[in-house]
Amino acid sequence: MEKRSDFVSLRDVSKHFGTVRAVDGVSLDIAQGEFFALLGPSGCGKTTLLRILGGFEASNSGSVHIDGADLTIEPANQRPVNMVFQNYAIFPHMNVRQNIAYGLRKDGLSKAEISQRVDEAVATVKLEGLGDRGSHEISGGQRQRVALARALIKHPKVLLLDEPLSALDKNLREQMRVELRALQQKVGITFIFVTHDQEEALSMADRIAVMFEGEVRQVDTPARLYEAPASREVAAFIGSMNFFDASVVGAEGGKIIVDAGPLGKMSMAPPEEGAPVKGEAVTVGIRPEKLTLGEAPPSAGANAIKGKLTAASYLGERNHFFVTVDGMDEPISVASQNSSPMDHKGWSEGGEVWLTWEPAGARLLRA
Amino acid sequence: MTSEAQTAPPAGTIGRLRTVVKGAIFRNAGLRGYILLSPTLLVLLGAMCLPVGILAVYSLWTQSGVEIDHTLTLANYLKIFNKPSYMLLIGKSVLISLTVTLATVLLAYPIAYFIAFKIKRHKIVWLILITIPFVTSYLLRVFAWKIILGYNGIINSGLKWLGVIDQPLTFLLHNPTAVVITLAHAWAPIAILPIFVSLEKMDRSLLEAATDLGDSPLQRFLRVTLPLSIPGVVAAAMLVFIPTVGDYITPQLVGGPDGMMVGSLMHAMFFRANDWPLGSALAIVSALAITVTSLGVWFLTKQARERAV
Amino acid sequence: MKFQLPSWMRGGGLTTYAVLYMVFLYVPVLFLPLFSFNDGIYIAFPLKGFTVKWYEAMIETESLQAALFNSIRVAASVSIISTILGVLAARAFTRYRFVGRKPTLGLLALPLVVPGIILGIALLIMANRLGIPLSLFTIGAAHVLIATPFATFVMISRLEGFDSNLEEASRDLGETGWTTFWRVTFPLALPGIVASLLLTFIESFDEFILAFFLSGTDATLPIYIWSQLRFPKRLPVVLALGACILLFTVITVAFAEWVRRKGVKLTPKSED
Repeated sequence: MEKRSDFVSLRDVSKHFGTVRAVDGVSLDIAQGEFFALLGPSGCGKTTLLRILGGFEASNSGSVHIDGADLTIEPANQRPVNMVFQNYAIFPHMNVRQNIAYGLRKDGLSKAEISQRVDEAVATVKLEGLGDRGSHEISGGQRQRVALARALIKHPKVLLLDEPLSALDKNLREQMRVELRALQQKVGITFIFVTHDQEEALSMADRIAVMFEGEVRQVDTPARLYEAPASREVAAFIGSMNFFDASVVGAEGGKIIVDAGPLGKMSMAPPEEGAPVKGEAVTVGIRPEKLTLGEAPPSAGANAIKGKLTAASYLGERNHFFVTVDGMDEPISVASQNSSPMDHKGWSEGGEVWLTWEPAGARLLRA
Repeated sequence: MTSEAQTAPPAGTIGRLRTVVKGAIFRNAGLRGYILLSPTLLVLLGAMCLPVGILAVYSLWTQSGVEIDHTLTLANYLKIFNKPSYMLLIGKSVLISLTVTLATVLLAYPIAYFIAFKIKRHKIVWLILITIPFVTSYLLRVFAWKIILGYNGIINSGLKWLGVIDQPLTFLLHNPTAVVITLAHAWAPIAILPIFVSLEKMDRSLLEAATDLGDSPLQRFLRVTLPLSIPGVVAAAMLVFIPTVGDYITPQLVGGPDGMMVGSLMHAMFFRANDWPLGSALAIVSALAITVTSLGVWFLTKQARERAV
Repeated sequence: MKFQLPSWMRGGGLTTYAVLYMVFLYVPVLFLPLFSFNDGIYIAFPLKGFTVKWYEAMIETESLQAALFNSIRVAASVSIISTILGVLAARAFTRYRFVGRKPTLGLLALPLVVPGIILGIALLIMANRLGIPLSLFTIGAAHVLIATPFATFVMISRLEGFDSNLEEASRDLGETGWTTFWRVTFPLALPGIVASLLLTFIESFDEFILAFFLSGTDATLPIYIWSQLRFPKRLPVVLALGACILLFTVITVAFAEWVRRKGVKLTPKSED
């Protein structure tokens, strides 16, 4: 079966609360069967966008289509979409089975069919034997499973999850990342989830939309978001990055030559949305783990910069350093894996060090 | 009526109209709120705002014999302002109510404090205990004081029986003090709840912080607890003061001629003198007196609170 | 093992005060039932002996029965109407943020504080101008006015902790607003609804001043009592009646408050 790439389609969706523009002109296409994340800091409008998809908030303008049908002003109960709420919203006056069966009443099923469907759903989320428990007699993780089963039993075209793991403690959260991903693969339903946790988004999602101030700033796969961020703010939000002010001095064979001050002149791949013109101020970004720290000067021709080690911290799996360079205000952040016990040398703070990096490790970003 | 409504519009128009209405209801949460509120608002408008409006208009008419003169005039108000006995009665009613308010709030504060801070378990029992008298028959609670304070009442007969007095004490009933005692008792429970709420929701770490910073328990109470509970105290004062000014039952049952309040006069205007316009003006003037005094109390408390902090 | 007094008995001066205050609150009213069993026409010490004859006299009084029946009819209608209005209004206030929310709440609180006599006068004039004859209906309408805010505040306190996600979850699972109300909101709000029905019933049942201004030929119970206070010989019967009303009210209110404050917890206990 051909899978639609615009299975869920948002066009110019805006929502404002008073003067606050919670969602500002968002257009997105999400493919059928995709595990999609809306990622951003709190207050960026990601939850509002999810609630617009669910039919709990009305957009002030723009349209929402799912599987070709216009759902823009369709109320929540008329949408082929179900939601797992952040607090799971388990009905307190019903037991587990009653909660799961809640949405089936309208579908004209017989008692036996309902019972069978509930059994299936209970098995899908591994809640066997807990069906008769009251809503107050189950743990946080079990509540999440009830919420999942209750939504999945409706066979929605899209499942929405609002911060699905935030109510769980840390260990359970990591386990549930794997389970949620496996569950999505098994049922094949399009999942759209909201999170402020970049690790959660990177580890679960096929694609991620990064949102700031009500706008979608970049939509990409986890790897491309990390390796090829489109802007400084995306790069800084997902992982961390050292930024160097630079200016374009020329172009050569499809590459851009920039002068990055203390870093010297470099030849770099242009950003995807078009090459900057000569003289334009740009930013060179290098992630801490793309930098290598050494005491000896590197061989000629390599990208390198000399600095002073100002802080070194041992973090178990890795080391973290700060290096100050003449002519730069901010210290440079460097990370290295402790892949062998030998890697942890006694770095002396205040000593002279060299930083080197592969050309591909540096990104040219718009200022 | 528009021609559109008379002739059946094409189905397309209805369809579009339905979409517009559906969209408006879906897109506007406030509209949904007002739809739910509309029956209650209708009751408030029809049974309170409208009658009070009519009352205001009525106060500008005059009674001439058995007829009502519909000319708008301030004659009734002038009559009230120029008649010292009316003004004195309104003033006395406000004074009695202020005394009652002061007594009620002062008596209620320690109880509210006690339930909020000293009761750890079974708080609900105490709360129910103070709610019960508040909801039970006001008439009966006032009536109880009549039989307690009466000339041959419970106190006098009890004291006589015990041999403490020979003749019944006459100062018990039929004076303003009896009115104050009765009202203070009848309105006591309603004063506790707002003060309790303001104390109960107080962040306990503020009190710990005050102690940590060197306050003695008394200083802590005066500098932290009391100022923070003032909104509850003001609410309690208003809840007692506003309704008691116009009280009718209590002055009638225990007040006697000296303990008469403005409610009795209003009643007399309607059922004895049959001068409804004057009675209406009296109601409006009383309401104004209540409003002005309440604002005054509120303003003074605000001033006092700002100076204390 | 050390015997521990309940915490409220260990407070010292404040506790003594609290107990005295409760005595002050309750004892005056307790004289009504006490003297209703006294075998004497005067409400005075010393007590003359135990009797239930005032209760017998009470039961035999036909005008009293009529008044009781009137009160029940009015109070039942008022409690149902005002609770329905209160549920709707409380949902509007707890569920939606709309322009004019605060002023509307203030307007709603007005009937609770405006002196009853002013409301009574205003309603009397309106009924007179509109040519509505005074009857149990006018009393009931006035009682709806004061009972609806009461019902609304009882319901608001019940629905305030209500997780609106529960209703959204229900809508999300295919239920309409109406079916969501019956499947989710109503069962969870039930304790509040029961409390509201009982408390507004009592409020109307005991209300005097509005009924006093707006009654026609049919009296309610408080008006009947008022009319009897002029006749000293009838006082013992009034005491018996008052004792019955107090007992009935106390039980009803205590039950309503208990239901309202206990009930199904709306929010799950925190897990972590």
